[in-house]
Amino acid sequence: MLEIADIAAGYGPVRVLEGLSLKVPAGQVTCVMGRNGAGKSTMLKAVMGLVRVEAGTVALEGQRIERLEAHRVPGLGIGYVPQGRRLFGDMTVAENIAIGLRTRGRGAATRERVLDLFPRLRERLGQLSRTLSGGEQQMLAVARALCLEPKLLMLDEPTEGLQPSMIALIREVVLRLRDEGVAVLLVEQRVDAVLAMADRVAFMTGGHVAEVVPAPGLTPEAPQFVRYVGV
Amino acid sequence: MSDTGRILSLHLAVLAALLGLHFVAPPYHHANLARVMVLAVYAMGYNIAFGYTGLLSLGHALFFAAGLYGTGLTIQLAGWPAGPALITGLLAGAAVAGGLGLLALRTAGVSFMIVTLMFAQAGYLTILYFTGYTRGEEGFVLPAAARSIGGLDPTGEAARYLLALALFAVALAVNLGLVRSGLGRVMVAIRENEERSRMLGYDPFRVKLAALAISGLYAGAAGAAWGWLFGYVGAGFATIQYSILPLLYVLLGGAGTVLGPFLGALAMFYLIDIASGLTDAYLMVVGVALVVLVLFAPKGILGSLRERWLRWLP
Repeated sequence: MLEIADIAAGYGPVRVLEGLSLKVPAGQVTCVMGRNGAGKSTMLKAVMGLVRVEAGTVALEGQRIERLEAHRVPGLGIGYVPQGRRLFGDMTVAENIAIGLRTRGRGAATRERVLDLFPRLRERLGQLSRTLSGGEQQMLAVARALCLEPKLLMLDEPTEGLQPSMIALIREVVLRLRDEGVAVLLVEQRVDAVLAMADRVAFMTGGHVAEVVPAPGLTPEAPQFVRYVGV
Repeated sequence: MSDTGRILSLHLAVLAALLGLHFVAPPYHHANLARVMVLAVYAMGYNIAFGYTGLLSLGHALFFAAGLYGTGLTIQLAGWPAGPALITGLLAGAAVAGGLGLLALRTAGVSFMIVTLMFAQAGYLTILYFTGYTRGEEGFVLPAAARSIGGLDPTGEAARYLLALALFAVALAVNLGLVRSGLGRVMVAIRENEERSRMLGYDPFRVKLAALAISGLYAGAAGAAWGWLFGYVGAGFATIQYSILPLLYVLLGGAGTVLGPFLGALAMFYLIDIASGLTDAYLMVVGVALVVLVLFAPKGILGSLRERWLRWLP
């Protein structure tokens, strides 16, 4: 689905990614782990066109996208949930969802599907999104990205700061999307969450992917967690 | 009652009240209200750019002047009938705003303010440079006969009031429709955060350009209507003061509210009117009022009401 090949990217003169390559297959959850500053979030931003890719290629289903303007990327079917949720706080839940629906998707049918995935949002459609709890905000952030009917869903630390019941709900939705054939690229720091969701785990260090390991072979004691994450 | 019902009722009630005032307002206030309604259309346009899309422009006097001179010069110099001249003025406002936007929207924040101010000043100086045609600061008066459209004479007080009300009603309805439309929601999304909007597939440049052109259309309509209804065209309307006035109206009434610009224009008009009758330093009174507003109701009159009690207000 997504193929990142030997990319370099960064902020101004500072290169954060260097020689990074990663394949994200459809119908699988690929988790990305690494220490702070390894370049995990920058990689997602580079795919979205929010950070300029200076070398290498990024392809979605074979179509090169690394030179596209950022606003053209979601229309291709890439949903992105950034770290910290980033909702439109002064808009209601319904308006946040409506904003997500205008670019892609099947209008009312997509809206119903998304609200079926997160029934609690249906109860809060008229509520301002900044007044939602942290877990509900995360649900809305994921719901808004799903309004694009993505082929590839990228989530940046979606379980950060959430209570266990919310983490379980997010996991359930991610696994359901995977089973429907969506490629999921997940940046995550919690080992338990990774082991519960991932099909493959990519370990990053120094701006590139050092190792990709099938998740079924991993245990919490695996040496990669110590080497690349420091847990 | 549903939110939509409340919104429609409120806006219709405001229009009905203004129609009622036509019959009962003393002549002095009757004349003032006609001016306030035209200025409110100008402020509504400013609010589309600033209040809903987050574009803090200091160049809107250029769009107002484009409407004013687009109508005035085509009547005065080209001898056009008032109808086509009015449409020319209205479109001139949108065209100038769109053209300016293509250049100025490559900047943001303070740079955008400076660039729009610079263009507006260039426009003002251009009007002065061509004094032979524009009559510069002195301006010119459009003859009553040239302002008539198919027997409709806008020079009488009653007709002027009702025509200003008609313009205001149309502008209000379009504004209400716009902010409740998909485009309106995207404008707000871009005001809140451009990057988030990009992540959902929106091109902030195009949306801001559209908002600025619509804003210019409103300013052009107000400028054209001013020349047509009140018969005077002068360079004073292109000065920076006329770029700052709609900003003050919007801040006072409530940025990002549909009725806020009208309320702000009304309050500011009468604040200046009353204060200037009491003291020559009336601008100080206006300044104090704005400081009080910023301290106690930073979101403006309607913005504060919406935040505390009337969440359904658009």
